[in-house]
Amino acid sequence: MSDSKKTRHSKTPHIKSVETRYLEERQSLMTGLQHLDRRSFLKVSTGAMAAAVAAGASNHFHSFLPINVAYAGEGPAGPGFTFAYISDSHLYIKKNNERFVRQLLRAVDDVNKLDPQPDFVFYGGDLAQLGRKEELDLGAQILKSVKAPLHMMVGEHDWFYDLGHHWNELFGPENYSFDHKGVHFVVLMSVHEKDFWTARGMDPAERMHTVAGLDNAMQSAFEVGAPQRDWLKKDLANISTSTPIIVFSHSPLYKLYRPWNFWTDDAEDVQSILKPYDHVTVLHGHTHQVLTNRIGNIQFHGMLSTAWPWPYAPQGLPALTVQMNRPNPFDSNDGLGDGTVTVHPDGLVDKLYNLWNRNPMQVKASYLSSGGKSDVPAAPTLASY
Amino acid sequence: MKKLLPMALILVVSALTARAQNPATPNSTPTTPATKTVKLCDNKTTVQVPADAPKTRAEGQKISDALMAQWKEANPNTGWEQGEVEAHQVIPPADNSALVGVGQSSTYGVVTQQTVQVWKNETYKTALYGSKVFHSGDELGSEIGVSCDMCHPRAANTHPETYPKFQPQLGRVAMLRDMINWCIEHPVRGKVLAADDPKMRALEAYIIAQRKGTPLDYGKR
Repeated sequence: MSDSKKTRHSKTPHIKSVETRYLEERQSLMTGLQHLDRRSFLKVSTGAMAAAVAAGASNHFHSFLPINVAYAGEGPAGPGFTFAYISDSHLYIKKNNERFVRQLLRAVDDVNKLDPQPDFVFYGGDLAQLGRKEELDLGAQILKSVKAPLHMMVGEHDWFYDLGHHWNELFGPENYSFDHKGVHFVVLMSVHEKDFWTARGMDPAERMHTVAGLDNAMQSAFEVGAPQRDWLKKDLANISTSTPIIVFSHSPLYKLYRPWNFWTDDAEDVQSILKPYDHVTVLHGHTHQVLTNRIGNIQFHGMLSTAWPWPYAPQGLPALTVQMNRPNPFDSNDGLGDGTVTVHPDGLVDKLYNLWNRNPMQVKASYLSSGGKSDVPAAPTLASY
Repeated sequence: MKKLLPMALILVVSALTARAQNPATPNSTPTTPATKTVKLCDNKTTVQVPADAPKTRAEGQKISDALMAQWKEANPNTGWEQGEVEAHQVIPPADNSALVGVGQSSTYGVVTQQTVQVWKNETYKTALYGSKVFHSGDELGSEIGVSCDMCHPRAANTHPETYPKFQPQLGRVAMLRDMINWCIEHPVRGKVLAADDPKMRALEAYIIAQRKGTPLDYGKR
């Protein structure tokens, strides 16, 4: 037995596999990336190097070792900050499906393990699968164990059984705004649908079931709607154009692929309200995949699901999207995950997709600002068919 | 669902037409002259109406509504195909109408418009049934409410054109049906289907229908 192996064993009372050690190192590195100033960068990268040397692999660096150093100085968003996200858990009641429950618990563990803790955790919608009271209650109960403050957004699976009644009781109004460290946050309810159920004589369960089928063509298109657009205009009336804005919407606030409702019907109207502002980021759920877009001044990022991954739409994929790997059907948690958002001093964000069972993917503000020229994320080895 | 009714309405209308053409309805019950029996063209569903009922449109509508209500109760699932077409827009099979009028010697005789329609309807119906199973955790026997469309909307990323191919995880060359069964057993948590189970045949039909026009490329990863 070599010296280096002896040292390693004496330091760790429990022998850990190479894979466990690799995952632990990766975890500590990704955690260190959350609040990256020069000092912690040195600490993180030195730590990773020391770990690599201790493992007897000085010539074996991780593929995700950061090269860039964090932004210096302050901006509208001060020195910057991070928040985490969990999205699209699609819970049934526990006795019907414990798998989706376990997967949400895994995401809650992930965000609770972040050190330092994120400023808050954002939930991206579709907590429930069929909008039932019991499903929403179960989700609310699980999310109570999130340590950081929690902000909620509604999804269509939460809404179309009772048109938001119980969700509103649990979590409050479906659209709201708040300010955090110089950034103005807006949460929209983007999954309103024009009435398709009355003419068909559908009861609430049938209405919910129709909307729950992503590819069900009987439903209408998602929309923010005129009343809420007016609310948004009023909400932004006193916000200066140099204030960074981060908008949350469940559906992407652009038109990607109508047959799956990867779509918001009045997207252009909402975009025009956001157009005067210098730095706007939209984060959305619903699409269950790594998804990146930029329209003028607005940068868009998707969120991962904890329940199941969606394939990429056959048409309409934004040119700036670098796909995540095609999920492996033999790995039940592949293509799923959660993630963190690093807000820079200027208010633009780097989006980290914490893909469970795979290397994380980071999509940087600089990638979008440069129109896809710099900081290009690694291409997938297995793209969609 | 109201969308499923046109076929049934045709039945009723034809029944009324028959009655109008032959006012002395042969189905009148001779022993009770106060009423007469109106029969639907399924030759089973009947209603009794007063023999002296006025022959107005309103009265005719009442009779047809009564027949329809009975028929719908006896045939609750009729018309599911149309619901499936509307909800999931299954891609129709090849159009063979160019063959109409062409002789096929001893097997079929001359191909007629009806022949072509039968080929199309029967094939399409299998794909439609596949769509129904594909989109229903109950049809798949899922214990956890999971159906195929949750990961494969409109059968996306099912790539039937890539089978057969070697799947190390299964330890053999997999056909499409082997992957369907893998998904039924694991992500869906249902019971695997026999290779010739009508549901398996329908699932294969639907998945292949949705990739119509894609070149075959067996073994592709």
